[in-house]
Amino acid sequence: MAEPLLSVRSLKTYFYTDEGVVRAVDGMAYDLHKGETLGIVGESGSGKSVHALSIMRLIPSPPGKIVDGEILFEGRNLLKLSDEEMRRIRGNRIAMVFQEPMTSLNPVLTIGEQIAEAVILHQRLDKRAAWERAIEMLERVKIPSARQRVRDYPHQFSGGMRQRVMIAMALSCNPSVLLADEPTTALDVTIQAQILELMRELQREFGTAIIMITHNLGVVAEMCDNVVVMYAGRPVEETDVKRTFHDPRHPYTWGLLHSVPKLYERSERLIPIEGQPPSLVDLPPGCSFAPRCPFAMEVCTQVDPPTVSIEAGHAARCYLYTDKATEKDKQAATAAGLAASARSRGV
Amino acid sequence: MAGNGEILLEVKHLVKHYPVTKGFIFQRQVGAVRAVDGLSFYIRKGETLGLVGESGCGKTTTGRVILRLQEPTTGEALFETRDIFKLGKEELRRMRRNMQIIFQDPYSSLNPRMTVGDIIGEPLEIHNLARGKEKVRRVQELLEVVGLSPYHANRYPHEFSGGQRQRIGIARALAVNPKLIIADEPVSALDVSIQAQVLNLLQELQKEFGLTYLFIAHDLSVVKHISDRIAVMYLGKIVELADADELFSNPQHPYTEALLSAVPIPNPEMRRERIILPGDVPSPVNPPSGCRFHTRCLYAQPSCSVDEPEFVDIGNGHFVACPVRPFKTQRSKAAVYRPAASAANS
Repeated sequence: MAEPLLSVRSLKTYFYTDEGVVRAVDGMAYDLHKGETLGIVGESGSGKSVHALSIMRLIPSPPGKIVDGEILFEGRNLLKLSDEEMRRIRGNRIAMVFQEPMTSLNPVLTIGEQIAEAVILHQRLDKRAAWERAIEMLERVKIPSARQRVRDYPHQFSGGMRQRVMIAMALSCNPSVLLADEPTTALDVTIQAQILELMRELQREFGTAIIMITHNLGVVAEMCDNVVVMYAGRPVEETDVKRTFHDPRHPYTWGLLHSVPKLYERSERLIPIEGQPPSLVDLPPGCSFAPRCPFAMEVCTQVDPPTVSIEAGHAARCYLYTDKATEKDKQAATAAGLAASARSRGV
Repeated sequence: MAGNGEILLEVKHLVKHYPVTKGFIFQRQVGAVRAVDGLSFYIRKGETLGLVGESGCGKTTTGRVILRLQEPTTGEALFETRDIFKLGKEELRRMRRNMQIIFQDPYSSLNPRMTVGDIIGEPLEIHNLARGKEKVRRVQELLEVVGLSPYHANRYPHEFSGGQRQRIGIARALAVNPKLIIADEPVSALDVSIQAQVLNLLQELQKEFGLTYLFIAHDLSVVKHISDRIAVMYLGKIVELADADELFSNPQHPYTEALLSAVPIPNPEMRRERIILPGDVPSPVNPPSGCRFHTRCLYAQPSCSVDEPEFVDIGNGHFVACPVRPFKTQRSKAAVYRPAASAANS
């Protein structure tokens, strides 16, 4: 396989608060290849957004700090770059689309000015050329009568249109990585369908690699090639999208698949994950999912589980796949895995 | 879980317009936001009616108007044959014992300065149901019913997570033993694993107390999961209403079809034809003439922009507001898609 475009290695981002150290991201790791769409799934507080901000080096400091790890982008460690060097990458080679299209645009500047600003800064175009580029980008994201609308302010656009503007802005410098943080969460389903379709189209056209951060398993299934499932700041399972849904190995992934109501089948009762996600200030010792895990063994509550490679391109952070688990545990796990995958297949 | 046929609530031609005014001192009305524009439906005892639609379609307004948290413009709402909209202040207060609401946002719908015990106990006092020791006992009982612990009564809302707060909201609604609960997006602020817990709780409570739900949500898979019948709203009107399974396997309105096809399915091997609706939902201040959906409809006929479609029963309680019958034959495979695996098994 070719060199990865972006490679995150044991990234740790902590926040130092009065209540204690919040380990928002605690050992994130993955590779992103050219043109790939990588899904990062997790519930609120799992650290998926903080990890994206860490890549962009936008963590407010204090209280936040990237305490450890490497982010290799085209061979360079982003964490070692000077602010000036980072500025040349941020928004240019790596761009980001945020969740809230309502708050991530500047309300006192026109759409055109905001897109042109990035283009002038990074591509060194003059004002007129940058303005033309802004119009071209608005046309690319299918905003009707772009030449007029480029003079409009954000409040004159609907939610879906604003997200299109955000995407236009992100792609205006032709980045090689696009970080999309819950890009459709604030939108209605029919608008979400429009935006996802648009992202797919633009990816084909520009060859951008996308990191898709979402909590919606449906969006993951439709958009992503590979998936990292996060829980309490850590990656718990990592594989391609088919195996995530059809051969899941981590008990948390099973729980997620069971929790989602299905559209095209009758089911009486959902099987939720019992309990609450842990507070990131005082994480339990051992596996942070252990208190909610039906398969938890004694060792799970004592020592952090290792990342086990189950087969090529499939890793899970769980003792069930080590020699700590008895035959009986392993059988129970296989059965649970099958049940979860059967549910996602809709059998 | 379906009801025994007796109708608990019947809403007829419900209209709620919000005036749009101009001028500062001499305000004059220049238009109206037609949030709800002629809704008619009924809910049987013990059943769950799901109300789905996109933001701004009027589903929340419908719930609030039925409880008279907002006054209707015109229309009737018969609760066990009594018109809610004609009740006086005192009668309404007594009526509210029968109907309660669970709000969407568990963070803003609980008073941060009251303990959980006071929050759940307040309706008991208002309706003179319990006082003193009896109230404390009842509050503790309610906390257990919704899966919390009795000692939680002395805590404040900020000490709880989103899912737990929603349980407190449910306990408050249950306190007065209501017959009807209007649940306005009760799980949309919650994570999926917690969402499943709350959905299960709502279903258990329905069985245990024989509750009737009006379940308002925008998430189709959640609505499908919990509802017996589903009404689909678009711009202040119901466009289709049918049994949950019937609606999903045999959608008869182009909007329903598009809405169903837009939901991403968590199965990477399932490839469906997706219907992408053009444009945005028009403004309810100035809704399109004729059928309100005709500006985005893929099957619109010239007559659709003129004639308002009638909401008709096409058999077995399946109501639809679309006169374009060719739609049936043109309908794409997406809407009637069934996973290949289950077809092979059955």
